[in-house]
Amino acid sequence: MTGKQIADELSRSRLEDGAEADPIEHEGKRGKIVSPKKKRTISSEKILEVEDLHVTFSTYGGTVQAVRGVTFDLYKGETLAIVGESGCGKSVTSNAIMGLVEQPPGKITSKGVYFKSKNLAKLSKKEMRKIQGVDISMIFQDPMTALNPTLTIGEQLTEGVKQHKKLSNAEAKQRAIEMLALVGIPNPDERMKQYAHQFSGGMRQRIVIAIALICEPELLIADEPTTALDVTIQAQILELFEEIQIKTGVSIILITHDLGVVAKIADRIAVMYAGKIIETGTKREIFYTPQHPYTRGLLNSVPRLDLTGGELKPIDGTPPDLFSPPSGCPFAARCPFAMEVCQAVYPDTTEKSETHRVDCWLQDSRAQKLIDEGAFAR
Amino acid sequence: MALYIFKRFWMMLATIFIIATLTFFLMHAVPGSPLEAERTTNETIQANLEKFYKLDQPLHIQYFDYMKSIATFDFGPSIKDPNRTVNELLERGFPISFELGIITILVAVISGILLGTMAALRHNKMIDYAAMAFAVIGISIPNFVLATLLIQQLAVTWGIFPPATWKSPMHMVLPVLALATGPMAIIARLTRSSMLEVLTQDYIKMARAKGIKPIRIVLRHALRNALMPVVTIMGTLLAGILTGTFVIEKIFAIPGMGKYFVDSINNRDYPVIMGTTVFYSAFLIFMLFLVDIVYGLLDPRIKLHKKEGDV
Repeated sequence: MTGKQIADELSRSRLEDGAEADPIEHEGKRGKIVSPKKKRTISSEKILEVEDLHVTFSTYGGTVQAVRGVTFDLYKGETLAIVGESGCGKSVTSNAIMGLVEQPPGKITSKGVYFKSKNLAKLSKKEMRKIQGVDISMIFQDPMTALNPTLTIGEQLTEGVKQHKKLSNAEAKQRAIEMLALVGIPNPDERMKQYAHQFSGGMRQRIVIAIALICEPELLIADEPTTALDVTIQAQILELFEEIQIKTGVSIILITHDLGVVAKIADRIAVMYAGKIIETGTKREIFYTPQHPYTRGLLNSVPRLDLTGGELKPIDGTPPDLFSPPSGCPFAARCPFAMEVCQAVYPDTTEKSETHRVDCWLQDSRAQKLIDEGAFAR
Repeated sequence: MALYIFKRFWMMLATIFIIATLTFFLMHAVPGSPLEAERTTNETIQANLEKFYKLDQPLHIQYFDYMKSIATFDFGPSIKDPNRTVNELLERGFPISFELGIITILVAVISGILLGTMAALRHNKMIDYAAMAFAVIGISIPNFVLATLLIQQLAVTWGIFPPATWKSPMHMVLPVLALATGPMAIIARLTRSSMLEVLTQDYIKMARAKGIKPIRIVLRHALRNALMPVVTIMGTLLAGILTGTFVIEKIFAIPGMGKYFVDSINNRDYPVIMGTTVFYSAFLIFMLFLVDIVYGLLDPRIKLHKKEGDV
């Protein structure tokens, strides 16, 4: 997605909040916009609480600390986006929640991963299988490889419900056809007998979504669901997510590096860097008042069509080596505002608002004084 | 599908024709003839014999006669052993060789896949190392060496199995073991590596994310994809097992086709050479055809035929 689209999305959601939207402005942007007509309801009930999640992998080269203490929670019906660049631990976090990290070589430690007050971290593999695909489902990045080439779409759709919900063949088939219709596959009856290679990329991702939703999960983890798709198909899939959330009230964790996707469907955003969540907040807080220099850097490196002139500002440098992560702030080496303390000690979490939290030394009152004195004049 | 089989049928016929032609000319290029023996025969007798077997005719006439005999599947009597026709030899020898070959293939394929899958599922564990050590040994030892070792240990020293011939299931154990170990080892190694690769695929991860039982993931999701390379090399393995039967039949004194085939070449027994060669090649070609069919059954992306309206 381009910056223009982000701007569009933001201006749209702004319009939705306040005055009525100008219908002319919406027309023709990408055909018919299936924007949420019904307001989604986010309840105050927490569906997932992750506390201090660590994931390490032992390799021949040493131990990689992929996730280093991630804490977040998710409310029922909410969409949380976890954003960050490649290798920051987004996917590992989702795999760890889902119980898909092979142990060994992986090792997961946490103070608890509570799904509806059931600690997933304590479950055996067998108990976890009763949750996987039933209560929590996952959508994978590349629909080209996520579907088994030698099994029919129908079998891949129905095997889950048959095993978990003990449905008969006919019932499972009926359910699968309904799901295919829900995700917008024409002629679902015939399509059931076909194989993955007989579908286009967008269609396959719809099927993957249908498979994920067939057991009516309460939590959907989407790991870069649109990354492998064309921009036009991306928009369709995101609209499908919105539609599904309205229809089923499912909570979504969206893992992505694409801020355009985030702007479209996220309620809250968690920004990850080097295995830590460095800033979380509502979509508005992150896009309009980003506090962490890294978040600002990320936003600056998105191309925008509405801002003319000037060059894209990429973030210089590379993320730290996770074999031996720095003791201080991991972004310090790339941060234009780095102070001595940043190198040495990891900052405490500052609460900017009830929803907005940031781990940065610049939030410290002593740093604020420096800023006021103009120490960081750009 | 029918169209595909029809096309393949003509291809197979063409292949057999080429094999028959090559065999015929190679056979005649080899010095000596079936009528040459240590003892010197009278020249008139020699000439009469040659006339009887039409060996005095020009080569192209003989060639056409042979082609006719192949087309009618009547190879006539053996020159060395005039009391038997080639057809009789085939009828007597083929069922035994076929039995040996098929049992070997089944043993090799089933145990190879089992061993390879187990090794892959216990990657870098004891079972994996043991299976692969066994496989390397199996690949390294030629079947005739293994055969003599087996006879020496299991038949002669311990007397568990009969050392030779082909009469009861007990008789079959040693020759099948000797013949199947090599192909089994190859299949096991291939299954293991291909299974290891398949198990890292996204669709396996997705099946796990769906909470599918591990046994079903392996059997239904992984195995079919992992067997693709195994099917690919089945053609080569079949040819290997087929030639292996010549040696094994000789070692274990099994009265199969292999014995006649080898003897006929030594004797320049033209009708027997032609008969056995054409029969062997026809059989092998048919087996390769079956392999292709299996390939299409395993992988829906491989289309053996083009239906109208297919994309």
